Amino acid sequence: MIPELGHFALILALLLSMAQSAFSFGGAARGSAAWMAAGRSAVVGQFVFVAVAFGALAWSFVERDFSVLYVASNSHSELPLFYRIAAVWGAHEGSLLLWSLILAGWTLAVTGASRSLDAPFRSRVLGFLGLISIGFELFMLATSNPFARLMPAAAEGLDLNPLLQDFALAVHPPILYFGYVGFAVAFAFACATLLEGRLDAAWARWTRPWTLTAWLFLTIGIALGSWWAYYELGWGGWWFWDPVENASFMPWLAGTALIHSLAVTEKRGLFKSWTLLLAISAFSLSLLGTFLVRSGVLISVHAFATDPARGIFILAFLTVVIGGALLMYAWRAPRLKSVAGFEATSRESFVLFNNAFLVAALSLILLGTLYPLFMDALKLGKVSVGPPYFNLVFLVPMLPLLALLGVGMHAAWKRGLLGTLRKRLYAIAGASVAVSIIVGAAAYGAVRPMTTIGFALAIWVMLSALLVPLARLRGRQPLPAATLGMVIAHFGVGLATLGITGVESFKVEKDFALGIGDAASIAGYDFRFAALRDVRGPNYVGVEADVVVSRGGEPVTMLKPQKRRYNSGGNPLSEAGIEVGATRDLFAALGDELGQGRWSLRLQYKPLIRYIWLGAILVALGGLVAALDRRYRLRATAVARHGTVSAAP
Amino acid sequence: MTPRRKRLLAVLGILAGVGAAAALAMLAFEDNLLYFYNPSQVLAGDAPDGRTFRIGGMVTAGSLQRTDGTLEVRFVVTDYRNSVPVRYEGLLPDLFREGQGVIAHGRMGEGGEFVADEVLAKHDENYMPPEVAESLHEPQPARVAE
Amino acid sequence: MRIPWRFLAPALLFAALAAVLAIGLRMDPNRLPSALIGKPAPEFSLESLGDPGWKVGTADLARQAWVLNVWGTWCPPCRDEHPTLVEIARENRVPMMGLNWRDDRTLALKWLAQLGNPYVSVAYDPEGRTAIDWGVTGAPETFLIDANGIVVKKYVGPMTMDIWQREFVPLLPAAGERR
Repeated sequence: MIPELGHFALILALLLSMAQSAFSFGGAARGSAAWMAAGRSAVVGQFVFVAVAFGALAWSFVERDFSVLYVASNSHSELPLFYRIAAVWGAHEGSLLLWSLILAGWTLAVTGASRSLDAPFRSRVLGFLGLISIGFELFMLATSNPFARLMPAAAEGLDLNPLLQDFALAVHPPILYFGYVGFAVAFAFACATLLEGRLDAAWARWTRPWTLTAWLFLTIGIALGSWWAYYELGWGGWWFWDPVENASFMPWLAGTALIHSLAVTEKRGLFKSWTLLLAISAFSLSLLGTFLVRSGVLISVHAFATDPARGIFILAFLTVVIGGALLMYAWRAPRLKSVAGFEATSRESFVLFNNAFLVAALSLILLGTLYPLFMDALKLGKVSVGPPYFNLVFLVPMLPLLALLGVGMHAAWKRGLLGTLRKRLYAIAGASVAVSIIVGAAAYGAVRPMTTIGFALAIWVMLSALLVPLARLRGRQPLPAATLGMVIAHFGVGLATLGITGVESFKVEKDFALGIGDAASIAGYDFRFAALRDVRGPNYVGVEADVVVSRGGEPVTMLKPQKRRYNSGGNPLSEAGIEVGATRDLFAALGDELGQGRWSLRLQYKPLIRYIWLGAILVALGGLVAALDRRYRLRATAVARHGTVSAAP
Repeated sequence: MTPRRKRLLAVLGILAGVGAAAALAMLAFEDNLLYFYNPSQVLAGDAPDGRTFRIGGMVTAGSLQRTDGTLEVRFVVTDYRNSVPVRYEGLLPDLFREGQGVIAHGRMGEGGEFVADEVLAKHDENYMPPEVAESLHEPQPARVAE
Repeated sequence: MRIPWRFLAPALLFAALAAVLAIGLRMDPNRLPSALIGKPAPEFSLESLGDPGWKVGTADLARQAWVLNVWGTWCPPCRDEHPTLVEIARENRVPMMGLNWRDDRTLALKWLAQLGNPYVSVAYDPEGRTAIDWGVTGAPETFLIDANGIVVKKYVGPMTMDIWQREFVPLLPAAGERR
């Protein structure tokens, strides 16, 4: 009964999405306030019914309704409640429903908060968002129905993939989708702007806080994924340039370029066509990422068509949405010329170079991710592009970017006179290099070129960021939220760079064969395999090892890595034992029984790794602080009262 | 030259510079493009000599051997037409299993043994990596057996 | 009108990507040829592997869901999927018919005697005509046919328990398995 209700609600949601787009576009074209209002009501209705559908699916999971095919495929009677709920988005059909719910939510929020936009423009934005909703809901109903029945009902479910039975990975998709989907707002704004042939920059003002919010969630989502991979999956690795990871990192890079470009467009009416293109790209990459990952095509192009109906639909949807937007861009962008000038050392200039580096990195990562696809499709062999390529194409543009970042934060708009700050910046630069060498030598006993550069850039960015509020306070200038947010976010970038440099320069990973009582040593820490016992969980059994860690004779901690076997499936899963410290992580993972009473253990020393995720959190926090700046709310009202403020003719 | 044109050149310079670095990366590092081969291709000599590549197939049931008390394991990768022995030192991934698909990353060593520096057994919920499944599908009967 | 190449470039690049994905769509070996998708299974009546005087075919398994497995002794992956097939047969949820493709009768029978026989019957197709009708491009291939005689699923490659449970089992009730 409830699944049928959910199915019906989804159908209603689709009809309402169609109404949303039809009335919004029609109303804007005819200038009919009634139609436009109808479009807005449809938004509310759509949200309600998608929520009902989602609720119905969640209910089916919680109540262990194995007569629903999707539930039977992804759940189990012994699965704890939290994971029964998380299983809703554990596979293809449910994650699409989550996507739709989040999209409906964002659309609702935009509808509510955009009262001061001029009505036709606002309607067109909602119209475009509606088109995307239609796509997802139609896709679900036509090819990926989460409510398909299994008659007779299965006696027991196939269980949720044990890898997903983990807190971080359970919340990872909703957070990631919140970011991905949020870029649809910027996308819709860009499309509406292009459709109307607007030449002004008002839309940039509107889009900024929305885009910032989406981007900060994406930041958190990616960081969460990396952290999860570290303790659950990759035996201590935190980034693999895996196609799935790249699929979320590329929209993030585009989004980062976008928020910076939006700042320039809003402030000085420049870079309009670039900002529009970035807005289209960020969401396009989100869409591409969602579908390509879910369909498995990034791993093998053949996976795209495991179900041919799905493959065709996805391709058609991508072509219409992305192709359509890019064609509109080609049609309108030539007329968006900016006339205002700016100096070589102005803030605009720094943003331009920043974005050039980001786009360069993004393009090459995209190339590396898609290259195996091309090779496979053209039958030129099965290749995979390895981490060394990605590391290099990311590192090369990032080094100058970080260097310029330290200066760019202080550059003024248009004229960019640094003034007295110049001396202070030289001092910080010198200090950064010095500290970097000292830290490298003292803490880790090595001074290497890349390490020194990495540490120096990290410290440079952090100190430079701190200089901004100091300079302002000293000059008795205000520190608006947007600036504070920028400071926090850039400081976070420096911190993450510190972590990355530390880990990649000085990490130690080694496998050992140890019997009970044996010890091994890495990076000055002694790990002793003290005991082994059986353990039991709600839906698994396994063994647990006690690994006593000491340093120089002094006890440091006890790690308890486990090897579990889930009741429902066969394959074992390793749960690592990790000790978190202020300057390093200590990591132990249990392998297999090797005979002669020995077990394999992987021991790792990971210096500064936590700062990567701490830095990422600060980046997201900075975005949040900036998004909450009152200037956006005030300026929006000013725009409405005085008409659009345009910097270009 | 107008400032605008100077900027354009600077941006193009950046893009070109990064692109050049990428090209260098592709050429210089051996590990950048990893080709996949099945055991038959490896034995036919298709796989590059002295370079790392990926080999994949099924783990022959009963072929997993541990050197007792050490981290060293040996197993055989097969595509049923031909097999290649693999040697690996370290922890095997959780999803590694005899009779399941596997991909090993490394290079050919002495005596036709593949020395792996990485063993991958996880791709997605299906335990057969797509490349492996495809390469195991016989296109036509080799011969009518006698 | 001057064509704004600079601004058209992103759209063109995307078109290239879409083209590649479209090519990928066409290449999937697991995709049924469009002639067979959702269409009635090609009927056949062939000699039984064990007894040339006896005929087996699609008519035998009408009005219930059933599985056709294409195999041969010359096909090593068939050898490895065989234990899985035997185990599937042991579960006895759905009858499995074998199609012995371009093979030697004696060897095939010896094989089944040695490794176990998961099939309710085996059709002998030495010339491969029936296999061609079914769009078989290689072995092993496994088809699921529903109670109305419509082909609903095809898997190319050696069967594993995991693939069986995730891709075939959920389809059995709707296909009309006889309980």
